[in-house]
Parts: sequence; C-alpha cells; structure tokens
Amino acid sequence: MKKNLPILLALAALVVFGLVRYEHFGSAYNITSFWRYNSMFALISVGMAFVIITGGIDLSVGTVAALASVVAALTSVYGGWVAVLAGCAAGLAVGVLNGLIITRLKILPFIVTLATSLGAHGVALLLGKNDAVSISAESNFGNFGQGDLFGLPIPGIVAVLAALAGWLALRSTRFGRHSLAIGGSEEAARLMGLNVDRTLVMAYAVSGLLASMAGVILAAQFGAGQPNEGVGWELFAISAVVLGGTLLTGGEGSIGMTIAGVLLLGLVFNLLNFENGLGFISLSAYWQSVIRGVFLLLVIVLQARVLKQRGKKRVAAPA
Amino acid sequence: MALKLPTETLHTEPRLGETAQQMTAAPRAAPATTVRKWRHLAMQREVIVLLAMVLFNLFFTPHFWSLQTFNVNMTQVVTIVIVGIGMTLVVATGGIDLSVGASMAISGALAPMLFLNIAGPAGITLAFVLPVLAAALCGVFNGLLVTKLSVQPIVATLVLFIAGRGIAQVVTDGSLQAFNTPAFQWIALGKVAGVPFQVLLMLALVAVFVWVVRKTLFGQYLLITGGNEKAAYLCGVPTATVKLIAYTLCAALAGLAGLISISVNSSSDANVVGLGVELDAIAAVAVGGTALTGGKAYIGGTLIGALIIQLLRYTLLAHGIPDAAALVVKAGIIVAAVYVQRRSR
Repeated sequence: MKKNLPILLALAALVVFGLVRYEHFGSAYNITSFWRYNSMFALISVGMAFVIITGGIDLSVGTVAALASVVAALTSVYGGWVAVLAGCAAGLAVGVLNGLIITRLKILPFIVTLATSLGAHGVALLLGKNDAVSISAESNFGNFGQGDLFGLPIPGIVAVLAALAGWLALRSTRFGRHSLAIGGSEEAARLMGLNVDRTLVMAYAVSGLLASMAGVILAAQFGAGQPNEGVGWELFAISAVVLGGTLLTGGEGSIGMTIAGVLLLGLVFNLLNFENGLGFISLSAYWQSVIRGVFLLLVIVLQARVLKQRGKKRVAAPA
Repeated sequence: MALKLPTETLHTEPRLGETAQQMTAAPRAAPATTVRKWRHLAMQREVIVLLAMVLFNLFFTPHFWSLQTFNVNMTQVVTIVIVGIGMTLVVATGGIDLSVGASMAISGALAPMLFLNIAGPAGITLAFVLPVLAAALCGVFNGLLVTKLSVQPIVATLVLFIAGRGIAQVVTDGSLQAFNTPAFQWIALGKVAGVPFQVLLMLALVAVFVWVVRKTLFGQYLLITGGNEKAAYLCGVPTATVKLIAYTLCAALAGLAGLISISVNSSSDANVVGLGVELDAIAAVAVGGTALTGGKAYIGGTLIGALIIQLLRYTLLAHGIPDAAALVVKAGIIVAAVYVQRRSR
C-alpha cells in the first residue's frame, strides 16, 4: 500500500489544485468530457495491465485500436452493433494471434507484439486506403462514442464496466489468479500444473479486445476510422500501468491503481488546458508531454526508494 | 582476485550462459569452439538471405544494378543503422532504449539554433559537438536511472521517450526550422567518389563498433554483463559503469543520427525527427541476430538486418505493392527471423 501512496497523493493534489484554481474544473461538463475522452485510454491500460501482470508486454494495442476503428467505420453501414462487434472481433483476432505466436513459437512478447503492431497498422492502412474512413451517417454507431445513457457518457460507462470486470477477474477468477502466478514465476506455475499457455493467450486476447473497444470508441467519437491514430498509445498505457505501481516483471499489479495512473496522465492535460484558459501564461501543448514525463520520473524514483526500503526490511527480517 | 579474474571469465562465460540456457531451452553444443562455429553460421544465414534478395532484384527489378539504386537504399538505412548500433550495445546488456527517437529530436532541434545564430566555422563546429553532447546527456540520464535506481530499462527510457520530444518541441516552440547550410549538411549530402558521405560514415561506425565489441575490454565486459549480470558483478566487472557507457553511447549515436536526418531534409521539425526510429532499430537488431535477452552483440548483424528490411520494402515498392502491405510483410519477416534464430541457437 505504501508503494501506491505517491501516486494517490499526486492525484489528490492535482484535483485539489484544479478545484481551487479553476472555477469550472468541477463542472459537470468538464467531468463528463474528461471521462468520455479518457475512457479509451482506460480501456487499453486495463488490457495492458493484464498482460504486464503475466510478465509480458503488448506493444500492439495502439495500432490494434486504429485497425478496429477502421473496421468499425467500414462496417457501420450495416448498423451500429455490427460495427461494434466487427471492430472488437478484429482486435480479439490480433490478440489471440499475439498469444499463439508467443506461446507456440516461444518468441519474446516484446518482439511479437512489435511485429503485430506493424502488421495491424499495415492492414488498417490497406483497409482504409491510406486515409480516414467516415462512419455511415445513417447508422446509430456514432452514439457509441458521443451518446449518453442516463446522462452519463456511454464510452465512460463501457470503461468503468471494463475496469470493474478486470478488477473482479484479477481478484477472484481462475484466469486472474493464474495470471498473477505466471507473472510471479512462469516455471513454477507450469510445474504446479497451471495451463500457462491458455492463460497467456487469454491475457493477450483480453488486451486486444479492450484495445479494439478503445478503437471502436475512437471511430464513434470522431466520426471516422483513423488508420494512423493510436501510434504511441501503447506507451501511454504502459506508463499508466507503471504509474499504478505495477512492476514490468509481472506477478503483481492492480487494476484500480492502473486507472489512477490513467487519471493522473489525463489530468495533466486537462489542467494545462484550464491554465491556458486563464490567460496569464500560455503553455503550449508540448509542455504536456514534458510534464507527463516528469510525473513518471517522480513516481518511479519514489517507487525505487520504497522498493529499496522494502528490500532492506526483507533482508533484515530473518536475522 | 577481482582484478585478475575478468580476463579469465571471458573464456568461462559462454559456459555459464549455456548452463542457464540448457535449463530453459533446447540442448546446445557444449564446447566453446562449436558455439563459435554456430555463431559464424548463424551470421552467414542472414548474409545469405540478403544476397538472395539482391539476386532476386538483379533478375526481376529493372534498373536495380545502378549506383543510384544503391545510394537510395543505403541512405534510407543510415539513421536506422547508426541508431541500431547503439541499440545493439544496450540490448547486449539485457536492456532496451525507447528514447532514441527523442534523443534524435533533441539534437536535431539544437543544431540549427547553433549554426543559424553563430556565424562561421565556430557555429558549424558547435552544431556538431553540442547536440551530440546533449543527446549523450540523455543517455547518462537513462543509464543512471537503470543503474543507480535499478529501474527497468523499458520504464527508465520511457520517461525520455515521453518527455524528450516534448523538450525539443518546447525549445523550438514546435515550429519547423528550415535552412540551407551546405557546410553543415555535408555530413549527409556530401559525396566521396559518388558514394554519399553518410553511407561511408555509417560503414565506418559499424567497423569501429565491431572492433569495440570484439577486441576491447569494454566489449568483453559488455557481453559478460548481459550474459549474467550477477556473476559478472561478483567477478569484479564494473557492471554499472558498463551499462552507463552503453546507454550514453546509444544516445550519442542517436544524436548523430538526428544531425544526419535534419541535414537530409534541410529542415528540422521536432515533431517528426526520429519518430518511430526506436522500433525500426529494435527490429534491425532482432533480425540481425542479437537476442533481446542480452549477452550478445552482432553489430554487423544489425547492419544486415536493417538492409534486409529496407531491401524488402524496396523490392515490394518496385513491384507496385503498396507501402502498407510492406508493413505486413515486415511484421512477418521479424517474427520469422527471430523464430529461426531461436531454433538454431
């Protein structure tokens, strides 16, 4: 728990700072638009968390989202739900492919997902003929990104449901517990008789599925499938997971803290917009990435110190 | 003991690596000589693939056998290979550097500011030296995070991957710096005997680093550190310093690649310089036969890996297959190359 303190404090500090300094920071409009926009990043980060917990990494989520957005836009003429299902099917397929290559051919996840990332980008460009694909104007598909349900943004609801499902799955399903065990020690998990390969394929499938849901939301929100969008999303997701205190070596991790990481990265952007709105200073959007980098640095430095102390205690305890 | 052992560990190290691998992977040839022979063969396989592709093009691609085609293909890979050399060193330690594109952007943003504002040869000289030093500083930062704080390399270099390009954008305010400075751009546009200087520079760097890895103490330390860091440390290898140097060299080389990249384009745009180069470099390293698990460094392999990927793209384009399809084929090549290496080693 102590490890998570820096990020929770930073998050609280940013929220308090925003509430005190900006009049409209706490407005319903700001909260819903923040929620709507960041739901995409929450989805890919939850998927990434599962993969990282198993000790792997998924570099393909960004272009999988792009691919799914193009597929959804192309199929939106057949109706909203068809588009959603087709987009998700595309992501699921890439995720399963990742998992199968990693487990059957025994190649490092980093390389495999790097390759499928290139491949998914290529397929997205081919399908979209190197350009954005508008969604069908007649279908209700746009609602999936822009619509509200009970006054709440639909993509936000999807993200919350996915996060809850992920949290539950990690806590109390066989898949979740096996993922943690495999991340802790794949060899030990195998020797204990766990079906390591199946769990790994499932983890990459979940990651691909959630990434494609983000892509479907992207297409619905902006009215077009974007084959060149999503570049760099995988690193956003990795930083959110790392900010949430999940070690890249696997074996531990938390969905809740990953969401906290997403919120922190999103808040930096949101606060920067408000600050520019005040008109005292004009920080260009470029500062956004610098500030995000600094936050990441601060959190990993603090985590390194906490981990070092923990290590010392562990050494001291038996004596 | 600590001082004398390192040279001896050089010979015992391969066996250390083997026992570790024997436990996890397929059985491997035991004596060191066979291992070396296999390594030799493995290198040859990549060369054979490259030669086969050249032959294919000679027969089926019109105008392939010309200095122009050679120059086009070579200049396309220069930055990837130069970054790839540094990446090979970092990968050899068992690490990875995601921030090379950001280092390129930073050095690419600084150089025009220097030679556009300081007149004469002093400005040109500074424009070569300071940006590379700034990039090297990024590497020192990465190296310190990895060694002093024991942060995982992916996470440590993620910081600059995110912030580095932002720094370059803030410094230039995101605007494009166009220039026409032949004295500076000679590094990319100059030609020696019809061959672009940047290609010769790339080949020279490959030669130098092949020598560094094979013949110098640093090279040996590098491989031992990547092979089994704990054992290397216990044998008195200064593993932290070795890693720090690897990250610094990697970033400095990326800085140099940034200078070449802006010279080719006659402009520097912090949003674009070196974008995505980390993935290209890693792909070249992997296709070139350097395992991402560390302990090996095939600089020549990285050059060949980059050439294979480039020639593949050129071949597909020359035969009217769109660039997007080339991406899919590239993905297949990366997986296939790594799979074949896994099986034979």
